[in-house]
Amino acid sequence: MIINHPLLGPRDSQEFIYLGDANLIERPDWQAANAVETFHDYLYLRDNPAGEHRELWYHEQGDRSWLVVTRNTVTHEISKVELARDVARSKGRSK
Amino acid sequence: MNQMNRINGQPLGGAHGTGVPRPGQVNRLAGGQIDHAKTLTFRFDGKSFQGHPGDTLASALLANGVRLMGRSFKYHRPRGPLTSGSEEPNALVELRSGARQEPNTRATVAELFDGLEATSQNRWPSLSFDAMAINDRLSTFLTAGFYYKTFMWPKAFWEKLYEPIIRRAAGLGSLSMETDPDLYDKGFLHADLLVVGSGAAGLAAALTAGRTGAQVILAEEDFLFGGRLIAESYRLGAGSGADWAAAAIAELASLPNVRLMSRTTVIGAFEHGITGAVERVSDHLAQPAAGKPRQILWRIYAKRTLLCAGAIERPIPFENNDRPGILLAGAIRAYANRWAATPGKTVAIFTNNDDGLRTATDLMDKGVSVAAVIDTRPEGKTLAGTTHLKGATVIDSAGRLGLTGITVRLGTGETRQIACTALGVSGGWNPNVHLTCHQRGRPVWDAKIAAFVPGADLPPGMSVAGAAMGDLTTSGALASGAAGAVAALDALGITAKTADLPEAEDAPVNVTPFWYVKHGKGRAWIDQQNDVTVKDVKLAHQEGYRSVEHLKRYTTLGMATDQGKTSNMAGLAVMAELTSKSIPATGTTIFRPPYTPVPIATFAGRSAGKDFRPVRQTPSHKWAAEQGAVFVEVGMWKRTQWLPRPGETHWRQSVDREVLATRNSVGICDVTTLGKIDVQGTDAAEFLNRVYANPFAKLAVGKVRYGLMLREDGMAMDDGTTARLAEDHFVTTTTTANAVGVYRHMEFCRQCLWPDLDVQIISTTEAWAQFSVAGPNARKLLQKIVDPEHDISNEAFPYMACGEITVCGGLRARLFRISFSGELAYEIAVPTRYGDGLIRAMVEAGKQYDAVVYGTEALGVMRIEKGHAAGNELNGTTTARNLGMAGMVSKKKDAIGSTLSEREGLNRGDVLALVGFRPVDRSRPLVAGSHFINVGAEATAANDQGYMTSVAFSPNLGHSVGLGFLKSGGARKGETLRAVNPLNNEEVEVEVVSAHFIDPEGDRLRA
Amino acid sequence: MPDHSLAPLLPLGGATPRRDTFAGLTITENPDVAIASVACRMGRDADLAKAAAALFGAALPGPGQMAAKGDWALFWTGPGQWMATAPFATHEDISRIVKAGLGDAASVTEQTDAWVRFDIDGARAPDMFERLCILDTRRMAAGSANRTMIEHLGAFVLCHRAGEAFSVLGPRSAAASLHHALVAAATSAI
Repeated sequence: MIINHPLLGPRDSQEFIYLGDANLIERPDWQAANAVETFHDYLYLRDNPAGEHRELWYHEQGDRSWLVVTRNTVTHEISKVELARDVARSKGRSK
Repeated sequence: MNQMNRINGQPLGGAHGTGVPRPGQVNRLAGGQIDHAKTLTFRFDGKSFQGHPGDTLASALLANGVRLMGRSFKYHRPRGPLTSGSEEPNALVELRSGARQEPNTRATVAELFDGLEATSQNRWPSLSFDAMAINDRLSTFLTAGFYYKTFMWPKAFWEKLYEPIIRRAAGLGSLSMETDPDLYDKGFLHADLLVVGSGAAGLAAALTAGRTGAQVILAEEDFLFGGRLIAESYRLGAGSGADWAAAAIAELASLPNVRLMSRTTVIGAFEHGITGAVERVSDHLAQPAAGKPRQILWRIYAKRTLLCAGAIERPIPFENNDRPGILLAGAIRAYANRWAATPGKTVAIFTNNDDGLRTATDLMDKGVSVAAVIDTRPEGKTLAGTTHLKGATVIDSAGRLGLTGITVRLGTGETRQIACTALGVSGGWNPNVHLTCHQRGRPVWDAKIAAFVPGADLPPGMSVAGAAMGDLTTSGALASGAAGAVAALDALGITAKTADLPEAEDAPVNVTPFWYVKHGKGRAWIDQQNDVTVKDVKLAHQEGYRSVEHLKRYTTLGMATDQGKTSNMAGLAVMAELTSKSIPATGTTIFRPPYTPVPIATFAGRSAGKDFRPVRQTPSHKWAAEQGAVFVEVGMWKRTQWLPRPGETHWRQSVDREVLATRNSVGICDVTTLGKIDVQGTDAAEFLNRVYANPFAKLAVGKVRYGLMLREDGMAMDDGTTARLAEDHFVTTTTTANAVGVYRHMEFCRQCLWPDLDVQIISTTEAWAQFSVAGPNARKLLQKIVDPEHDISNEAFPYMACGEITVCGGLRARLFRISFSGELAYEIAVPTRYGDGLIRAMVEAGKQYDAVVYGTEALGVMRIEKGHAAGNELNGTTTARNLGMAGMVSKKKDAIGSTLSEREGLNRGDVLALVGFRPVDRSRPLVAGSHFINVGAEATAANDQGYMTSVAFSPNLGHSVGLGFLKSGGARKGETLRAVNPLNNEEVEVEVVSAHFIDPEGDRLRA
Repeated sequence: MPDHSLAPLLPLGGATPRRDTFAGLTITENPDVAIASVACRMGRDADLAKAAAALFGAALPGPGQMAAKGDWALFWTGPGQWMATAPFATHEDISRIVKAGLGDAASVTEQTDAWVRFDIDGARAPDMFERLCILDTRRMAAGSANRTMIEHLGAFVLCHRAGEAFSVLGPRSAAASLHHALVAAATSAI
């Protein structure tokens, strides 16, 4: 597969490591009353869509950017690639 | 690297030789694309033959009157070539001998070279007399599903009786059982347009694209460019097809933006337009030149791919249609036109289309006698110069080891015997849709040519032209190739002008579908490679295996090296007839990569033998190698395992000595392999506070702290020490094995979880050579190395201190007072290039203390003696609580893994706890992996109390010691248990003790 | 220069840099380059740009690029991250020099001995590279700097002159394996 890196352009997926669902960015609040439950769901519960999927890829043999790749799991078509840091910020994550 | 159509420097396209008979080459004709002036000698089954440059093994054997080239897979039927290309099902041979012996290569594409050795396969004792041909007489029992039906029971018979017999009787070639001595490369190519195939369509496309200056790759499977253009007799413009192809190739070779790749098979179309190709660099040589690969696996990144892979002719099954001498008509034509060879002096043709007539015409022009043309079509023009039987079919053949004649049923119903030594069969042409299916594309039915053509769902970036798209005429192929290139480049914003195309034939094929001859009770072969007959398909239907996918798996139709390129259609057609459905309603042929077989060695590339993966050497490697060190692989690293001294004959002697010398005086160990990550930034402390379970925020500058890193699920991920070199600068270490994973994890935390923390990380593992110096004399030794202005006394540089220092007269260095062994110990680091110098200096300085250099074994013994967890304990299933470090998981801060560490199930009263073990009988060794069972209890999983993770012989204590996880372990000290090893049926009584066998109070490391 | 007593060892272990010559290609071990990493502190981009321009005489290059001025060369390694290189003989203590110049606008880490550097010169260089890495070195512009994989190793490929002058920086511990990969690919291609 070819991943169109937002900074470096098209790069072969051989250079990347796959992690999983991009929801891993949305780590829960450790101080919430039900933190054990929310962390459990965050870590273990995943959708497994046949179709569009937002997932984390790491450019290990490149610039070490974490990327959020929107990929169709049926056709492998990649419709969007974003820097995970930008996605995290857009979700309100900061420090 | 550009290769033109030349053989031994001679341009092709002109007539060579005069057809003067040469010894042995009884079926050699005049002309063709071979160099008649030069002779090559080769051997087949030990017998010597002659051929010419430009020959394949098959063409040379046919020219020598040899039609029998192999025995079939199951019934050991005598077989000769069916085709003249890579779709060949029958003529599989072993090439070469010794370690270079290669089984199952197709004689039809094996390029002849002087000294080539080939051996037929799957026969014993000889090709003409094969004892296993008895299977042919037993064929009633060996029909489809035979294995499934026969070898179900009794189970014991399978391994002992059936399998050995089948392994001997079935199958194809044999392996040399020696290591392949040749090299294989992998490579990467980039282009705007990849053109697959160099026939009429491919050349028109390459010319059209090449002239724009676009980056073009033209890949041709054959060793000559031109495809069918060099196998046909018709004119292109003023000259022959071969002339036009040679001129086109010459022009393409002159264009720097065009890369011509012959002997290169595109084997697969993968995601996002990536294609794979195998270039056979040296297969046409007796052996590759020094340092040159036999084959290269290319990964091609082309923005567009134009598939011009032509079409493959299909046979018409009839009874005994598999005798040597029965070929596809187009193959016989190619042998005559291109290779100046004929499989027989008297040939008959069996066809359902006009293309078959063309073979008859070409053969007659070459002086080959055409006994008859048997044409299934009752109407149509009549071919002059031979007997053209219309509305007729071939219903049987004769000849034990080669064709001697055929039986024909005429339109009137009468039968006629016709003597011939070769028969050309044409059932029409199938567009070569193989690559279009690799991304799940489904071909669609085209009634006009009664064949499947590529559908709309092509692999990304791919388009198809020429015969592969169903344009079966030369003029159609030229036009569609040029148009295909224009369209492909247009999509890239490159404007191309269609190349001037020559005038060429545009005769329609006029095919009338005729799938198989319904006559007789004998066997009509559909898939000659897998010995699948029309009857087998009928049996599959009868037994309910009617879907195409079931049919394939039940009968093995379409499997093995040729993937049914010549047989799938007939199988589908028979099934369609049986189910009273149309062919497209019955199913489609679907193909998967690779297009043709690829040696495993080619996929491995350079990653074989000692080059399987890179080797990482420690800074002390050169010194250690000089000392005769024994190395161990730790990931890609080679680390010193122990350093034997003269007289030591057993590893334990060396390891015990290294351990005792370290504990009694001082030892040095290269610990460079531990991962080192430089962590900087104003939020660096906060970052570490979150990635380690224990607190780091208040670590003082100049101090080191142990850190336990958890995964988010609460399991221990890694551990190590972190030194604070400045307010905003830390150096953290990881275990050797986890260096890459921890770095990746830290990047994840930094970028995805806390994107605004001011923290920057970079690996410095390789930048510093780092040595542990441990033992009561460690400080004395280091005081001879560290420059005197740096005070490293216990007062000035206590346990867990760190600092930047200079050594050996001014070299910048780092010193950490940390200990894995439990002794007074330091780790000292210098820039890597000075690591070799430093270990030599330290060994010299340590002589007065009898210092040793110790390896990973002694390191392991000492950490087990000290009760330190390592990889065996941090095994991915253990929590901080299991490790006895629950108190380190701070509840006052957020850290990865801290929340889920609190899960109830991980904190039950009887959770596993890390403790030490020693054998009750001190002379007995312990075995890691043993499970603990209470005395008197049965050794079952239900009674499992835990397991031993690490064991070592402690030379300090004089007996074996072990670490392990035990239920409620902390409360069971003094208890006796059994350490059971069911693998060896052994057990040892052990006593539960503290994990700290040596210096439990830690006095030594603070000394 | 520190006047210490330890002798350096070259990455390939020889006394002098290794050089391999092919028709149209040379591969030269180059130990004479000091390297420091530069990473921008959060929100300090403008400060760093200014300090870097003053120290290096060149602007920090963008993604996939490198820049050179005088003794200094810089190449991009990741978002907000660069490597700065200078002659080893005059800049052995490069991280202190760079840190002094960039102050608290950047994190600076010594990287000199983390890498082995091979300089690849000659018109046949792309023929070698296409058997080693995914990068399209045949059409790579001068001034390109990319990290990629060469025989399982993460490595930087710098293009100094299009088609004919490159450098490869790989992990120093694997210098022998990387050298073997380069020489084997060159032997195969040339």
